[in-house]
Amino acid sequence: MRKIVLAAALAAVLPVSGLNAAEEAVLPKQDWTFNGVFGKFDKEQLQRGFQVYKEVCSNCHSLKYIAFRNLEALGYSDEQVKSLAAQYQIEDGPDDSGDMFKRKGKASDYMPKPFPNEQAARASNGGALPPDLSLIVKAREGGPDYVYNLLLGYEDAPADMKMAPGMNYNKYFTRGAFQLAMAQQVKDGVVTFADGSPNDAAHIAKDVTAFLAWTAEPKLEARHSTGFRVMLYTLLFTVLAYFLKRRIWSRIGH
Amino acid sequence: MANTAPAHSMHGDGADGDTRRDFLLHMTIATGVVGTAMMVWPLVDSMNPAADTLSLSTIEFSIAGLKEGQDITVVWRGKPVFVRYRTPEELKSAQDVDVKDLRDPQTDASRVKKGHDAILIVVGVCTHLGCIPLGQKATDPRGEFGGWFCPCHGSQYDASGRIRKGPAPANLEVPPYTFVNDTTVRIG
Amino acid sequence: MATASTAQKSTWRKIYEWHESRLPIVTYLDHVVGTKYPAPRNLNYFWNFGFIAGFMLLVMILTGVFLAMNYTPHVTLAFDSVERIMRDVNYGWLMRYLHMNGASFFFIAVYIHIFRGLYYGSYKAPREVLWWIGVLLLLAMMATAFMGYVLPWGQMSFWGATVITNLFSALPVVGKSIVTLLWGGFSVDNPTLNRFFALHFLLPFVIVGLIVLHIWALHLPGSNNPLGIEATPADKVPFHPYYTIKDTFGVGAFLLVYFAVVFWAPNMLGDADNYIPANPLVTPAHIVPEWYFLPFYAILRAIPNKLIGVLAMFGSILVLFVLPWLDTSRIRSATFRPVYRVLFWVFVADCALLTWCGAQLPEGLPLVLGRVGAAWYFFHMLILMPVVGWLETPKPLPASISQSVTGG
Repeated sequence: MRKIVLAAALAAVLPVSGLNAAEEAVLPKQDWTFNGVFGKFDKEQLQRGFQVYKEVCSNCHSLKYIAFRNLEALGYSDEQVKSLAAQYQIEDGPDDSGDMFKRKGKASDYMPKPFPNEQAARASNGGALPPDLSLIVKAREGGPDYVYNLLLGYEDAPADMKMAPGMNYNKYFTRGAFQLAMAQQVKDGVVTFADGSPNDAAHIAKDVTAFLAWTAEPKLEARHSTGFRVMLYTLLFTVLAYFLKRRIWSRIGH
Repeated sequence: MANTAPAHSMHGDGADGDTRRDFLLHMTIATGVVGTAMMVWPLVDSMNPAADTLSLSTIEFSIAGLKEGQDITVVWRGKPVFVRYRTPEELKSAQDVDVKDLRDPQTDASRVKKGHDAILIVVGVCTHLGCIPLGQKATDPRGEFGGWFCPCHGSQYDASGRIRKGPAPANLEVPPYTFVNDTTVRIG
Repeated sequence: MATASTAQKSTWRKIYEWHESRLPIVTYLDHVVGTKYPAPRNLNYFWNFGFIAGFMLLVMILTGVFLAMNYTPHVTLAFDSVERIMRDVNYGWLMRYLHMNGASFFFIAVYIHIFRGLYYGSYKAPREVLWWIGVLLLLAMMATAFMGYVLPWGQMSFWGATVITNLFSALPVVGKSIVTLLWGGFSVDNPTLNRFFALHFLLPFVIVGLIVLHIWALHLPGSNNPLGIEATPADKVPFHPYYTIKDTFGVGAFLLVYFAVVFWAPNMLGDADNYIPANPLVTPAHIVPEWYFLPFYAILRAIPNKLIGVLAMFGSILVLFVLPWLDTSRIRSATFRPVYRVLFWVFVADCALLTWCGAQLPEGLPLVLGRVGAAWYFFHMLILMPVVGWLETPKPLPASISQSVTGG
């Protein structure tokens, strides 16, 4: 009994660090294919999400930790990745005369940024800095559910709320007092998918969020499959050790 | 109970359960050893080249500006690659060597690409102990054979990058490369 | 066949004896954790956690050394180098998550180990020095963990480092100079990151040294036991195989929980803000330390005066040094101390309460509860421990461990 109480007390101590934000908006939870013990990414969804990033997000947001070669994880072939990279102009240099020059992208290049530096990004966005999206899903409390809901969480501001100029009311943007510099970008039909997948706002938001979950944690599938094997092995070892322990201790009784 | 002296040894009790315990013991030890080895592998493998390093193992460069008698040095996988546009005399001297006399017998033709005979591309790392041979600059010593001279231990290479004198065991390595077109080379 | 194997065996035996007569390391280990170290036969599973903590230290050092091979301690590169470990280095994500969560599980093991010591009176004579070294180990662990958390150079790394180093500015006269010295500049910056990396690499080996002393100090009096009475030789069993196998099983069970977190919830114990690169111009809305520091953080914030708050926070750990004398009871185990036994659980609840308060914004109810919790912490240590020791009537102790076993 005493042991159980102690274990419970210690268990109660553990999860508290997750509960710190005082006024957390309740995020409607979504079904993600990558949740759960065997969770995996849906490659077609990631490809659609990448298309959304390319056509919508990338106008303002960088994705600096993703190289074109990484996109093979989305199911593209080596050749597709190369031709995709070649569509981009990458600054390289200096050349022999000391000048920077543009060349076609290679698989080893990283996604080019929409703005050359923070100042340029702010100047084009009313003083606000569009954050890099590579890690956004891990860098926000609530993870993919937060990103998904934020993309769709635009509403008319409450009548009694004074909005700063150029700001947009978003009911999930607790980090910035509900006033978000980014206007609603994910709308019905803003992207058309080649495979004819539904392109209403909710589906687009879901696809691009799944893509961003992948950019934040590209090794998730390896983690889940390795984890399963490690757990099985550790369980086997622990069970063996338990029976050996019982066997050895049976010699002295209790 | 208190008088029961605990058995101190793992073996040789001769009691009934011993066979089963020995099997258990060996299974547990084997599982533990294999498990430890499996945990060590990721640590060791982490020292191998990472994905970004591997992705940079191919480079392309232009030789459009390279003139007869000139050298350029490009960096591939962190090592210098010597590119020499050989003069007709250098080319002839490299081709006329009797291969049988060489320490590491290779014809000049086997070290260049057909149709680009004058362009020699070799990894600029001495095959002795990894120093960078001299010979890329006009003012450098090129040794007795008009190729490269390694200042560390005196190895001398000819105009085909073959070892001719000194302690190095092998010719300068020819990296895997192709001519993308007449003026562009891809290494790796 | 038989002859050959005997001959071969005797060759190995000869080599072994040749070596052993020059460096008797096997004999030594046999005395430390082998058949020559008698341990009480009645140790329960709470006695596993010392071994588990040692195992976690090994995990931390191994993963840490290989992480260090890929990490760059520079403000412009640190965050990127960690992301490179997560994305490009072979198994880098595994080493990083093992290391990151390993810190938490190391603390879990050590905290259970400490509370076990508190419950069973393991700090009392003749084990005071053993206990002191344990407190030093805790302090060294805390310093190592704190500096390790700075290395990824995320927002929480940076602001945690800023807040914690600023604690020293509370000291009168020399405070500011000490903080400048710690920083190597006028804010947390590249020199700070560099020295923290150097110290984060060094301190684990100091911890290894302290563990050697900890085990040395353990072996003179021998292990305490759940009854807290002296174990006679008849009540002891050799550490090997009895406790080596029990500890092995314990490590396996502990690893199952650890791996579950590493592989399926690796960021559960961390803070999302630490995936935002450090920005010296913007403080996150809510700075929280890692969970294992929360009770101490709550004590710090409970006191409105800066200097006294800092002193109270450090005092809450330093008071453990004098605990062997604050506890006036001659009985070790709480099993035979009806009043202390209740107070122990109240103290555990108090630490849990402080942990919760440490994670909240310091206002309203959490602040009030934090103050009550902090006050109770010191009331328990400084007042209740001596007074209860004097006034409490303990239950009768069994004459020996074996009597307790047969009788109970």
